[in-house]
Amino acid sequence: MPTLYDKIWADHLIGEREDGQSLLYIDLQLLHEVTSPQAFAGLAQAGRMLWRRQANLATPDHNVPTENRAAGIDGIADSVAREQVVALDDNCRQHGVRQFDMLDPRQGIVHVMGPEQGATLPGMTIVCGDSHTSTHGAFGALAQGVGTSEVEHVMATQCLAQSKARNMAVQINGNLPAGVYAKDLALALIGRIGTAGATGHTIEYQGEAVRALSMEGRMTLCNLSIEAGARAGLVAVDDTTLEYLEDRPLAPSGSEWQAALAHWQELVSDSDAEFDSAASLDAAALMPQVTWGTSPEMVAGIEEVTPNPNQAADPTEADGIERALAYMGLAAEQPIADIRLDRIFIGSCTNARLEDLRVAASIVSGRRVASNIKQALVVPGSGLVKQAAEAEGLADIFTAAGFEWRAPGCSMCLAMNPDKLLPGEHCASTSNRNFEGRQGHGGRTHLVSPAMAAAAAVAGRFVDVRQWL
Amino acid sequence: MKAFRRETGLAAPLDRANVDTDQIIPKQFLKSIKRTGFGDNLFDAWRFLDEGDIGLTPNERRLNHRFVLNQPRYQEAGVLLARRNFGCGSSREHAVWALLEYGFFAVVAPSFADIFFENCFKNGLLPIRLDEALVDDLFGRAQGDGGLELTIDLEAQRIELPDGGELAFEVPSSARRKLLDGLDDIGLTLAQADRIRAFETSYHQRRPWLKRGVGASEAAAP
Repeated sequence: MPTLYDKIWADHLIGEREDGQSLLYIDLQLLHEVTSPQAFAGLAQAGRMLWRRQANLATPDHNVPTENRAAGIDGIADSVAREQVVALDDNCRQHGVRQFDMLDPRQGIVHVMGPEQGATLPGMTIVCGDSHTSTHGAFGALAQGVGTSEVEHVMATQCLAQSKARNMAVQINGNLPAGVYAKDLALALIGRIGTAGATGHTIEYQGEAVRALSMEGRMTLCNLSIEAGARAGLVAVDDTTLEYLEDRPLAPSGSEWQAALAHWQELVSDSDAEFDSAASLDAAALMPQVTWGTSPEMVAGIEEVTPNPNQAADPTEADGIERALAYMGLAAEQPIADIRLDRIFIGSCTNARLEDLRVAASIVSGRRVASNIKQALVVPGSGLVKQAAEAEGLADIFTAAGFEWRAPGCSMCLAMNPDKLLPGEHCASTSNRNFEGRQGHGGRTHLVSPAMAAAAAVAGRFVDVRQWL
Repeated sequence: MKAFRRETGLAAPLDRANVDTDQIIPKQFLKSIKRTGFGDNLFDAWRFLDEGDIGLTPNERRLNHRFVLNQPRYQEAGVLLARRNFGCGSSREHAVWALLEYGFFAVVAPSFADIFFENCFKNGLLPIRLDEALVDDLFGRAQGDGGLELTIDLEAQRIELPDGGELAFEVPSSARRKLLDGLDDIGLTLAQADRIRAFETSYHQRRPWLKRGVGASEAAAP
């Protein structure tokens, strides 16, 4: 009666350390330039080596510029950011770690690149010094975001020392209506259970709406697990998973593929598996979601209004609502569809895969970005997504509509690179966090699906994309 | 890592829920390749009215006098009192480095986000979970006249209040041991290196497709 999480945990459990922590064997560590330099430095300081260099895969993503990419590292105007990318290069060379560097077409956001290359496989344990590592759970892999000390720990020992999380089942029944996507599912769930709703848990997403999602959709859903507080998110392996993986460059082939299949097909929770907690959602009843505040749980449907702090459950919540409305420049009970926008960002590890760009392009095709929009950016998740989107004409659709078509990276999701909001600007963003200042000092972020961001670009304010299909 | 046994300090009340790590240390300061230099930019967007960047020192900045940590009475605070779900969001360990460097040795809140909670113990910052009603009471005292000085005894898992009162707390036993002895986490695991190696060998026999890994850089080290 084990759950999927129990099975992966047991498969990687080495045993207990003397202090009682469990040692969990880690199959893959993804590295990027922001959270790895201190870990590499720590290794050097202690005179330690990588335990297993072929278990590490690196690419720069967080602060790479999305323009002038042909110039490579020399194209990074910010000398401090450049130093980080140079450090990643040096560290990878020195330790023999494989890296897709800034000039490599496979470079991209770690959580887009890993699955795309087939580096992410079912049943694996994966870590990365980035909280959105939960993305890889879409493949039935236990993927956890960790801090830099743990990055160094995995580099040196190939293990995580941790205690087991609890199991949470999220059941999503029904079929998603047209114009409503995995992003809306995830935001609605976070709105329901809160950003601490799954703290201490590994979520397994179940139900017909999850089974019906493509791998891209499942990645979006698992990506946002961390915004519900979860340690990790999981989706059980099925034919959709296997079809995606077959023939990926780093996926097994031939007899190894056959051997792997036999194992992967066991990667589902037993029918009588017991979960410590549960939540459910009816996909069929959902409408497009828009965040109005400064936490992903501050979300409403497109036909709804912002909340009134007077109706909050307790003073702490009321204070949070009031503060968020003030920061966002919104009134209580203001219709979501009244929110006017200044910038549009289509990108990030949440929503910058080919499927996301296809949906957005289908909305903007033959239309123009509204005159009040100062900038509309499309930042593909990887160089390969960019190439594919260009080959099928999506880039032309975006540029004809007035979008800027950029090179891959995290970009305006966290605005470590030059792409950012100015104080007071409202942005419809397909990213994952609407925290104060996240996309730029004083910037106001509204999280939405790619379709909603595309429609908002054309209308200049939020509109119900279901009416545009 | 420095050992943590018993520390005394003033409590500063940060009265808002869901404080995320983007607020604790904003992204522009993550470009550093070091573990130090973050204390000046703790809660940067709340402590200062102007936008901060690497290289600007606090005395070149416009202070937000309304922010709690800027009030003269909380200048020497060592304990941060916070509300529920403290440290949510990004996994950046820089948030913990910034809190420590600023001068905090403990954070007391009703709940913490998982990754932040783990990161604290790796660096000697003590996250203490207390019931919401107890935290409420501490807020009241810290905001009152004279402030609130707390002594935190990790060995006894006890907070000592100025009026002689005591509050019991619990931290995971493995983390507590590590903090008390200032142990090197990696060293602790490497003491099991033979066991890890044996596991790895049998694991790769069971899962042969994972043995090869993702390859190595062309300029691979020997």
